[in-house]
Amino acid sequence: MNLQGKKVTLHDMSLRDGMHAKQHQISLDEAVSIATAMDEAGMPMIEVTHGDGLGGRSLNYGFPAHSDKEYLSAVVPKMKNAKISALLLPGIGTVDHLKMARDCGVSSIRVATHCTEADVSEQHIGMAAEMKMDTVGFLMMAHMVSPEKILEQAKLMVGYGANCIYATDSAGYMLPDDVTARIGLLRAELPPGVEIGFHGHHNLGMGIANSLAAIEAGASRIDGSVAGLGAGAGNTPLEVFCAVLDRMGVETGVDLYKIMDVAEDLVVPMMDQPIRVDRNALTLGYAGVYSSFLLFAERAEKKYGISARDILVELGRRGTVGGQEDMIEDLALTMAKEKGLI
Amino acid sequence: MNKKLKAVIIGPGNIGTDLLMKMQRSEWIEPVWMVGIDPESEGLKRATEMGIKTCSTGVDGVLEHIIKDDIRVAFDATSAYVHAENSRKLNELGVIMVDLTPAAVGPFCVPPVNLADHAKNLEMNVNMVTCGGQATIPMIAAVSRVQPVAYGEIVATVSSRSVGPGTRQNIDEFTRTTAGAVEKVGGAKEGKAIIIINPAEPPLMMRDTIHCLTESEPDQEAITESVQAMVKEVQKYVPGYTLVNGPVFDGNKVTCYMQVEGLGDFLPKYAGNLDIMTAAALRTAEMFAEEAADGTITLPARG
Repeated sequence: MNLQGKKVTLHDMSLRDGMHAKQHQISLDEAVSIATAMDEAGMPMIEVTHGDGLGGRSLNYGFPAHSDKEYLSAVVPKMKNAKISALLLPGIGTVDHLKMARDCGVSSIRVATHCTEADVSEQHIGMAAEMKMDTVGFLMMAHMVSPEKILEQAKLMVGYGANCIYATDSAGYMLPDDVTARIGLLRAELPPGVEIGFHGHHNLGMGIANSLAAIEAGASRIDGSVAGLGAGAGNTPLEVFCAVLDRMGVETGVDLYKIMDVAEDLVVPMMDQPIRVDRNALTLGYAGVYSSFLLFAERAEKKYGISARDILVELGRRGTVGGQEDMIEDLALTMAKEKGLI
Repeated sequence: MNKKLKAVIIGPGNIGTDLLMKMQRSEWIEPVWMVGIDPESEGLKRATEMGIKTCSTGVDGVLEHIIKDDIRVAFDATSAYVHAENSRKLNELGVIMVDLTPAAVGPFCVPPVNLADHAKNLEMNVNMVTCGGQATIPMIAAVSRVQPVAYGEIVATVSSRSVGPGTRQNIDEFTRTTAGAVEKVGGAKEGKAIIIINPAEPPLMMRDTIHCLTESEPDQEAITESVQAMVKEVQKYVPGYTLVNGPVFDGNKVTCYMQVEGLGDFLPKYAGNLDIMTAAALRTAEMFAEEAADGTITLPARG
């Protein structure tokens, strides 16, 4: 693979996707110190939001230690160069949250829908574009449908005003060829002015390989997180990815040693559990299940004595999508009843 | 004397047609008119085949028939944009308006929670909130009538096929309106609503999760009894309304997991989210008719 001379924009997820792994309990001090150190290392974009996006504060996904507004107000003013982004899932957050984020100094909005439901994003993408923000359409669980379907949905988002489209491997299910097919088609068919991005999860250990495939196929923005702090087995670990890109001659503008130090000195010490491809994280990738279901399934296992793996496999079989965390306890209860455990 | 109240349905789409089919079985409401804006529309043709009068020139076209045909109730299944005008014109003629749009001109109505009050007060316009609201607010109310609820949250999961373009274009309206009704009707001090659209095939049944945080330690026995009684109340008009799991108690958190299977009249059974709207709207009009028949309320006088 020859990526020599290509430029990519890296986008760190540790203060958004990482919220899942921390059950949304990252402190303001932690958020500021990590973001500041990443800014210092040259990370161009950093996402800061509840794991389930703006307005994600809920019993269903978890009450956070601080509101989106508190995190954003603490982090944004401290940035010298890095741009701060916020995620928004229509159906959870609203345009009111979007305006709040803009007022906090967020410059990039990523509007996320399930990969077949892009038409719920019209009002949010439209408003972000109208406010001259960097406006990203983020198609989740992109492994579930064909590249052609992803393109159809991407065109809707571009029509609403998105200037960048992501194919998002929320389940960490894709293999490099799956990434190549989706990103390649998006790059070939969308206008050249529309950027293409890829967001991976490391559940099958493919975070780096998939991200490289995405760059080769035409993606210019790649998500990952420092030390991989993210849902499931985490996102593409950015310090590793930076080293690989450096070896391959891809320009990122990120200082490798500095980002290695952020990972080792700041992010790893605050992890509640090792972020690795353990049995249950592997099951997410294998069964094609939304990565943030991991800790919920593990809690259900503890509470009801049903294996997290069995729960996750069944959720995959049922075709659950992002945001259906409520179905985990419901399914565990039903399975426990069937087994006569309760 | 015929006790049935005569009705007009505005909007011959899927909702209007399903409503018509349910209404034809009602002991209290008699469908007389279906109103649309396109003479060629499938919905108006269906209504004609089902034996009711149709009007293809909008609400204005039916106004002259209201008094003559003694129309007493209107169901608006059009859009929030035109509802206010429809309601004003029909209210002027003494027609009670049941609003299935998100306009929310009148007070929210969730039948087992507050319909009786609206009927007694002869509210001339009641709003049916949202599908998610109809499916979940009874459960919030079932907890809050036992003890104060500091926070109520609902998650409505619906099949992609059952969500129309209007809801998709303004999904924020769903979350805002439902959250507002969780507070105003459900009795939670703070409300939150989430909607998830799932494209699985075959389409999944509507699922709803209701979480409440009680202010003090939940009275498990009383809440369980209240929830089960409320499920029975909803089942009177939506027989497929089922408590799948719960109430589950975890500290002050009380959670109910519901499934809503529709009757499968015009809308498919999985579209319990749409069925519960049409069933609740009809139930609402029926109670007005019952109260009028037993003299509890007096309908606007007509010469």
